Amino acid sequence: MNAMESFTPFASTLGGILIGAAAAGLLLFHGRIAGISGIAGGIFRRESGDVSWRVMFLVGLFSAGLAWSYFFPQDYAFDISRSTPVLIVAGLAVGMGTQLGSGCTSGHGVCGIGRLSKRSTVATISFMITAAITVFIVNEVLGGSI
Amino acid sequence: MKIKIGAFLGGLLFGVGLAIAGMTQPAKIVGFFDFSGSWDPSLAFVMGGAILVYTPVYRWAMRSWQRPIWAPTFLLPTRKDIDWRLISGSAIFGIGWGLAGYCPGPAFTSVGAGSKEALTFGLAMLLGVGAYQLFIRLREGRTGTRTDEHAAAMIDG
Repeated sequence: MNAMESFTPFASTLGGILIGAAAAGLLLFHGRIAGISGIAGGIFRRESGDVSWRVMFLVGLFSAGLAWSYFFPQDYAFDISRSTPVLIVAGLAVGMGTQLGSGCTSGHGVCGIGRLSKRSTVATISFMITAAITVFIVNEVLGGSI
Repeated sequence: MKIKIGAFLGGLLFGVGLAIAGMTQPAKIVGFFDFSGSWDPSLAFVMGGAILVYTPVYRWAMRSWQRPIWAPTFLLPTRKDIDWRLISGSAIFGIGWGLAGYCPGPAFTSVGAGSKEALTFGLAMLLGVGAYQLFIRLREGRTGTRTDEHAAAMIDG
């Protein structure tokens, strides 16, 4: 697939607006940061009264995929070539990295930059750089299929 | 109960936004970082759209709201220091993100969509999250105090 042909400025901006609205809603109603890795990590801390909303937010995310894929299964296509061991290594890196680094694309990249947080801006630059280097190595050195 | 329903609706809206934005397709994430190939700038538009909505709401809430609607206080990050955990943890996350094209949000919602790749990735991700949190809990148990690592682990998002 030619990626430039799949560039979706309008749909991506609209999707971003919905993501921003969801994050804004969580802030206004519950006073929390909509960082998915932070929401997930907090479940393991098991602090009383602070677990169920986290689980329900993730159930909401899961349900969105369940319902949306019924109508638009192509939106969940996995059109890159990755072996199971690579997916496992990637998952472990994302799981541990986001906990050590206190956030991910949503917590740092959207909410953090949105709050003009210096920490989140540094974190976002950090994960953007290593993601770009990783993709360069995968595509240009390893031939795109790992 | 209303907090639980609200959180569910928040996750639902977030997940639909991710799908419309194209962020549940790892090829679009990899495409954003593929500067040497055919670049797909979509991710920047997603983040831009989200920040465009979030920033004014956040500033308005901080300026004019005493408290959120359903909670006694805003629980927001307070740390300002840049430490090695922030930078190295984010760097590790970026490697995983570049490898699989999934960050946590799209991974959870793609598992709901029945993606086998997302399920494999997501289980490993939860293992990573759980292992880190368990490690921090064990350290706290030994010292009997909440460590700053633990506080830092969740405070940004």
